[in-house]
Amino acid sequence: MAVAIEAQELSKRYRIGQMQAAYGTLRDSLSRTAAGLLGRVEERETKELWALRDVSFNVREGEAIGVIGRNGAGKSTLLKVLTRITTPTSGRAVIRGRVGSLLEVGTGFNPELTGRENIFLNGSILGMKRREIQRKLDQIVEFSGVERFLDTPVKRYSSGMGVRLAFSVAAHLEPDILLVDEVLAVGDAEFQQRCLGRMEDFSGTGRTVVFVSHNMQAINQLCDRVIWLDGGEVQEDGDPSEVVTHYLHSASGSGSRITWPDDESAPGDDLVRLQSVRAVDEDGETIDTIDVRRPVGVELRYRVLRDGPPTFAKIKVHDRQGDLAFNALDTNAQWQESQSAGVYMSTAWIPPNFLNEGTTSIDVAVCTLRAPKLHQRAAKYDAVSFYVFDPGDGDSARGRFIGGHLRGVVRPLLDWTTERVE
Amino acid sequence: MTETRLKTPPEPSAPTQEPLEQPLRADRPTFTIRPAPRWPHLDVRELWHYREVLATIVWRDIVVRYKQTFLGIAWAVLVPALTAIVYILVFGKFAKFPAGDTAYPSLVIAGVIPMQYFSSAVTGSSLSLVTNLPLVTKVYFPRVLLPFAAVLAPIIDLLVALPVLLVLMAVYGTWPQGVQVIFAPLFIALALFTALGIGFLLSAANVRYRDVRYMIPVFLQILPLLSGVMYDVSQLPEKWQWILSLNPMTGVIAGWRWAILGASEPNWLQTLVGVGTCAVLFVIGLTVFRISEPRFADTI
Repeated sequence: MAVAIEAQELSKRYRIGQMQAAYGTLRDSLSRTAAGLLGRVEERETKELWALRDVSFNVREGEAIGVIGRNGAGKSTLLKVLTRITTPTSGRAVIRGRVGSLLEVGTGFNPELTGRENIFLNGSILGMKRREIQRKLDQIVEFSGVERFLDTPVKRYSSGMGVRLAFSVAAHLEPDILLVDEVLAVGDAEFQQRCLGRMEDFSGTGRTVVFVSHNMQAINQLCDRVIWLDGGEVQEDGDPSEVVTHYLHSASGSGSRITWPDDESAPGDDLVRLQSVRAVDEDGETIDTIDVRRPVGVELRYRVLRDGPPTFAKIKVHDRQGDLAFNALDTNAQWQESQSAGVYMSTAWIPPNFLNEGTTSIDVAVCTLRAPKLHQRAAKYDAVSFYVFDPGDGDSARGRFIGGHLRGVVRPLLDWTTERVE
Repeated sequence: MTETRLKTPPEPSAPTQEPLEQPLRADRPTFTIRPAPRWPHLDVRELWHYREVLATIVWRDIVVRYKQTFLGIAWAVLVPALTAIVYILVFGKFAKFPAGDTAYPSLVIAGVIPMQYFSSAVTGSSLSLVTNLPLVTKVYFPRVLLPFAAVLAPIIDLLVALPVLLVLMAVYGTWPQGVQVIFAPLFIALALFTALGIGFLLSAANVRYRDVRYMIPVFLQILPLLSGVMYDVSQLPEKWQWILSLNPMTGVIAGWRWAILGASEPNWLQTLVGVGTCAVLFVIGLTVFRISEPRFADTI
């Protein structure tokens, strides 16, 4: 397969001042020059920022590439360089094919113009020919669902309508290579899904897509390969679920297992000490990511130092926003009897189709019960985390909805009955 | 950048509700992205490729110009007409400026119309990059198109204002004397390229220094006095005629009067000086523009 984009050691440097003070006044510049002439340069603002540093990669024709990374990692700068909006400081990139880019929804939309006029304006600016727009006008209008307001100035539109219209124009772009920045963040979920579907169709026809997003769901679904940028450099380049997992773990701070080498350093008191905590699948393998349709086990290993009151494990599960999803405690504990010294292992099984997508983080504790209160003997906040993903095969709680996020701390698969009653 | 029709059939794709129509091109244009060159050249083929974008921007500027105004396009007539009335009263009646052998009102209006065009063109093109900021930061096309579109759009105003001139010509019986009327568009072209040269220079400067916005009105208020809008330059002492001829607009207005009103022939050597200034401005403006172009999106 031929190469569509060949980036070789692309670097882009910004001067910090250039970014902070977006523009100076002539006076600033003159006074700085004057100060320079008089030899009174105090702190020359030579702070530099490498938005991109030696970024190299190839994209084959027909490939869909996702670009992920934290804010300021260089994702948008990379797209701006590839679309020629700005030039690299060094390095080069060879692009084979007609490039279409979508860095913003509704670029150039003019509020004074009508919906129809804006379709032509926006389409042309995004690189469509007039004839092409004319031919696709009906499709674009239908896709947007704003037929009735086609001859109304866009300033009278609700913001949702404006976005839909703008997106419809963009969805009908047909370049060889499509570069898309975080644009799925706008619009309602149903519309986002249609747009994502449209992009899948697009890459299905042998066209190349480079897609920047924070929506890991969309990245997983759409991309064949993912590039993770960090600090302007390529951190990892490879299989989507792997790269996404590593990226999410770097962001969340905890991993999928934690062990303590000895009792002294481990959390706990004179009764109990933690030894390790792991997130595991049904086969007992440590996991970073889990298919939402499979169960996850949280395995605690702890040492009971002396004979004494019975201990039991407890977990506290947080969703991707850090909101508490639920607490759960080991219900097998033999309350009435005392517990002998030794190493114990408890695993809490979280059922399949229960957690919501995204990073789940888990606090663990080993407790004793001093009725009516729980007494935490050994606790570890944010002990493990893992990423729950939905491949979107249609048999999860999502059904065939693949676009946006289904909100909620949990996302159970319910039993639905639907019948025609009239 | 060529668009070649498909030579091999497209890969079969899953049927969708709205099929992607345009087939994959077998022949792909190749482009290499490199660091900005020190001395950029103007890629004329690329400009040709983007001609539809230019047309769209011009069209937008024309359509938007008088949106949500009560009088609409009538302003294209009213602005030069009202300006001319003020000039005729102040400079013709009270100050008694020299009019030469032409009726003073038609002399003034024939000066005001090209000057009005020039003002719009200079203002529009100088601010073009900043007023189109979303385009500059979010989509690629040759930036040269923005100031260029801004000098093309006000031509509509000029055409709409012409009837005022025709009315005055009828009233005072000053008609074009013959074939020289075909030179009228050429003088407007001289104004256009002068405005474009200045527009290139100032729009590039305005990306960095927003001072430009405040400088332009001052410059444009003084300019009519230095261009002979309200008087006939040939009535001045010869030394002053030569100094003023450095200003291309002096040549434009004198030439336009000759072409349209049948006024006396301009001093061609002086016109040529103006053309020279225009050429120098254009080359400097374009060079500065092209050199700063790679940084527009970063600094704007």
